Amino acid sequence: MGRFWSLLFLSVPVLGTLCYLAGMLTRSGPLALWFPENVNSMANEVDQLHDLILALIGIVFVATGLVLFWFTWKYDASVNDQPVRFVHGSHKLEFWWTAIPAVILIGLAIYQLKVWSDVKIRRPMLAGLDGQMDTADDQPMPPQFEVVARQFEWRFRYAGEDQLLDTVDDILGDVNELHVPVGEIQVGSLKAADVLHSFFIPALRLKSDIVPGSQQIVWFRADKPGSYEIVCAELCGWGHYKMKGRLVVETKDEYQLYLQSLRAKQYQRDFSQPSVAQVYERDSGETGGSGPLGTNLSLAGGAQ
Amino acid sequence: MSNSTRSVWGWLTTYVFARDHKIIGLQFLFSTMLWFLVGGMLAMAIRWQLAWPWQNMPIVGPMLFSGEGGQISPEFYTSLVTQHATVMIFFVIIPILTAAFGNYLIPLMIGAEDMAFPTLNMMSYWMMWPAFLLIGFSFFVPPYGAGAGWTSYPPLSVLVESSPGSGLAQTLWLGGVACVGVASMMGSVNYLTTIIQMRAPGMTFLRMPMTVWGLFITAILQAFALPVLTAGAVMQLTDRLLGTGFYLPELASANNSPAVSGGGQPLLWQHLFWFYSHPAVYIMILPAMGMVSDIIATFSRKPLFGYKPMVLATCTIAGLGFVVWGHHMYTSGMSPVLGITFAAATVAIAIPSAVKVFNWLGTMWGGKIQFSSPMLFAIGFVSMFIIGGLSGILMASTPVDVVIHDTYYIVAHFHYVLVGAATMGIFAGTYFWFPKMFGRQMSEFWGKAHFALTFIFINGTFFPMHLLGAGNMPRRYADPYHFELFADMLPLNRFITICALATMASQAIFMLNFLGSIFFGKRVGRNPWNSNTLEWSAPSPPGHGNYDFQPIVHRGPYEYGNPNHPRDFHPQTEPGPEDLTSPLQEVSHES
Ligand code: HEM
Ligand SMILES: [Cu+2]
Ligand SMILES: [Cu+2]
Repeated sequence: MGRFWSLLFLSVPVLGTLCYLAGMLTRSGPLALWFPENVNSMANEVDQLHDLILALIGIVFVATGLVLFWFTWKYDASVNDQPVRFVHGSHKLEFWWTAIPAVILIGLAIYQLKVWSDVKIRRPMLAGLDGQMDTADDQPMPPQFEVVARQFEWRFRYAGEDQLLDTVDDILGDVNELHVPVGEIQVGSLKAADVLHSFFIPALRLKSDIVPGSQQIVWFRADKPGSYEIVCAELCGWGHYKMKGRLVVETKDEYQLYLQSLRAKQYQRDFSQPSVAQVYERDSGETGGSGPLGTNLSLAGGAQ
Repeated sequence: MSNSTRSVWGWLTTYVFARDHKIIGLQFLFSTMLWFLVGGMLAMAIRWQLAWPWQNMPIVGPMLFSGEGGQISPEFYTSLVTQHATVMIFFVIIPILTAAFGNYLIPLMIGAEDMAFPTLNMMSYWMMWPAFLLIGFSFFVPPYGAGAGWTSYPPLSVLVESSPGSGLAQTLWLGGVACVGVASMMGSVNYLTTIIQMRAPGMTFLRMPMTVWGLFITAILQAFALPVLTAGAVMQLTDRLLGTGFYLPELASANNSPAVSGGGQPLLWQHLFWFYSHPAVYIMILPAMGMVSDIIATFSRKPLFGYKPMVLATCTIAGLGFVVWGHHMYTSGMSPVLGITFAAATVAIAIPSAVKVFNWLGTMWGGKIQFSSPMLFAIGFVSMFIIGGLSGILMASTPVDVVIHDTYYIVAHFHYVLVGAATMGIFAGTYFWFPKMFGRQMSEFWGKAHFALTFIFINGTFFPMHLLGAGNMPRRYADPYHFELFADMLPLNRFITICALATMASQAIFMLNFLGSIFFGKRVGRNPWNSNTLEWSAPSPPGHGNYDFQPIVHRGPYEYGNPNHPRDFHPQTEPGPEDLTSPLQEVSHES
């Protein structure tokens, strides 16, 4: 029976590796059992980091699995006629098998810092008054769009001509549909109207929980036109699974046309729609008084 | 008192309000096993929905939720995932390891008559009952259980209007969790005192078996982490019931409810919760690691490789375990700069975990391995812990975790450590100590059959989840398939569900073997496995007071296969030369 058990344990690294290889093969195929294609050129390194760590742990997975198999095969009491190796341990081995993983792991922790700071810490900057980048008066890039997550949909608002949110020329977007121009750095501001949500766009390698009462900032540069799904990744109630949105990446011209059409729609908007009004009412309360648009909407909501 | 009232009283104090650690241990064992069944059924319902979404569940569906016409509604689905995790974590893995095995084994393995505080011990069991009742009752409150996840993140868990599962069921849930917290605190104080104060003569700290070390360090974790969770849960209760607003921001409102002035912070809960719940994941693994270490040494007929490094690794894991909680919050909105510290601590915690794996392999190296049922489960533990530990490293990396956080990758990871490792450890321990508990042995044949099926189907269930996670399928989704991204994942989910059903079915073998062997198992003596640790020198089962002699400890617990000794084991209680010469005596230069 010992043979059977050793082979059973051997099947883990073998089938495990095959399973992973099969998954990787779906990378570009119709089946999606791997990271979807990444279109965010500011997060390319995330995939590389993932592949690097996966390779490292893959090697350890296979190596330890083989050792486990080999020991159960070789030292099976029913076939091993050698006397038991009566040892209590080995200082040398303990040292090496602590030190080597330690060096690799701590190296990894340091190596990943740059990627982390690119995707989450170093917000894109704009040149300040001196017109030069990388000087002391650089300004953080203001958000071009705002996301308001609520049960169970995504609402969007664009900064408009003045490039600033919470001003008169803000443009209300379509529900569950966000448009961005291709190849340009985009900064977004995330807010939640009720409970926690998480703004997750797999194709951008972007995920950020949205906490009611505070604001999150995200950034990316989508380099490939197309339509990508927005997923809610934080349990937000019974309809969590329905919270699907769409990111449309399009050329600058298409994007401008889209904004114009939104603006046109905005002036014909039926203000008695309660849900829109409520979002903005709550919103203006949170930010401590927003532009006239917000005020108008909340009045409309109140009158209704 | 009349004779009959006295005998009823006697029966009550012996078996119901028992103060004997062994009876309390068995009470915990039976209660947790029943809950295991409940938790397993909930898992099957979850898997049903993911494989055959919105379809009537055959047979059990109409019986269980006739209200929905035998179909799982989305709000019931969120209750299912919440209740499954709650039951498995708070009612099964934690109490079975710390309280069932902890109670039964600690006094026996250190040579004590009983726990230091028998009454406190009894109360810690009976504190579980309010929790059982509260959470049990919440199954009958629409939508049939709390729905904010086992993590219970506010505002969803606090704003009653935010979801059907955030109503009364959530209040009951919080009350239940607070009771579990109190019960575990009472238990942990007891284990700590007993281990520190009541060791038999000669049982120095460095002669304690790894099981006791695991339970000891776990008790420290519980004593320090549980107050935080319990207080946090009470604060959430007062937020709900008294409007204290610890976790609610200004103007919190959901589903058009009137806005309340909160003035609190939703993230505060996440910090408090994970400050407990990360140590809790080690509460769920360290005792199992200890038991597995003892079992691997016993059945390799060889000393545990690197006893002192193992002890040190256990302590390091526990110490670091207190400073890694933020790895659950990389994307939570917590400062990303803080994420760096947590990432560093998290990769560091993988080091002692790796050391443990290497030492288990080292123990088997050059041994004479006996493939008994406990040993098979112990090797299964090692095999699956490797997978769970390695996936942990991938998630520890902050930028990578941003992508896979809250996807099935996480689900794969924690099921490998909790089902693959902790549960396998529990089975190993059950097969191993069953003869001590009942004086009879479980069937080895059925034990091995149980192992083979469980091992195969658990891997079949949880390994493919890594791929779902790589495809970014979110967790806690009642129906992911309407997304283009996840539409193709249905066949793989069906495969997983079939494996899960088979895993569940295989447990029938265990149940029958367990219950049958209590009455019909082969009778065994004190030491059926030729093991060294102290409990094997007591009668099987031990009577009240445990030992029929004063145990005196002469050596460490792992003297197997000594060529200078006539037998291949050398029990801790056996008089004789303190330390027979051995080629690599770590013990000699320590004193
Ligand atoms: C090598 C050691 C380990 C490392 C590096 C590690 C790392 C992590 C990380 C980074 C997460 C958060 C992932 C996320 O939510 O995005 C996580 C989640 C989790 N881990 Fe581990 N882990 C390790 C071992 C364990 C062990 C031994 C257990 C339990 C016995 C465990 C149980 C869990 C659970 C239950 C969760 C998910 C909780 C939830 O979100 O519901 N882990 N682990
Ligand atoms: Cu959601
Ligand atoms: Cu953790």
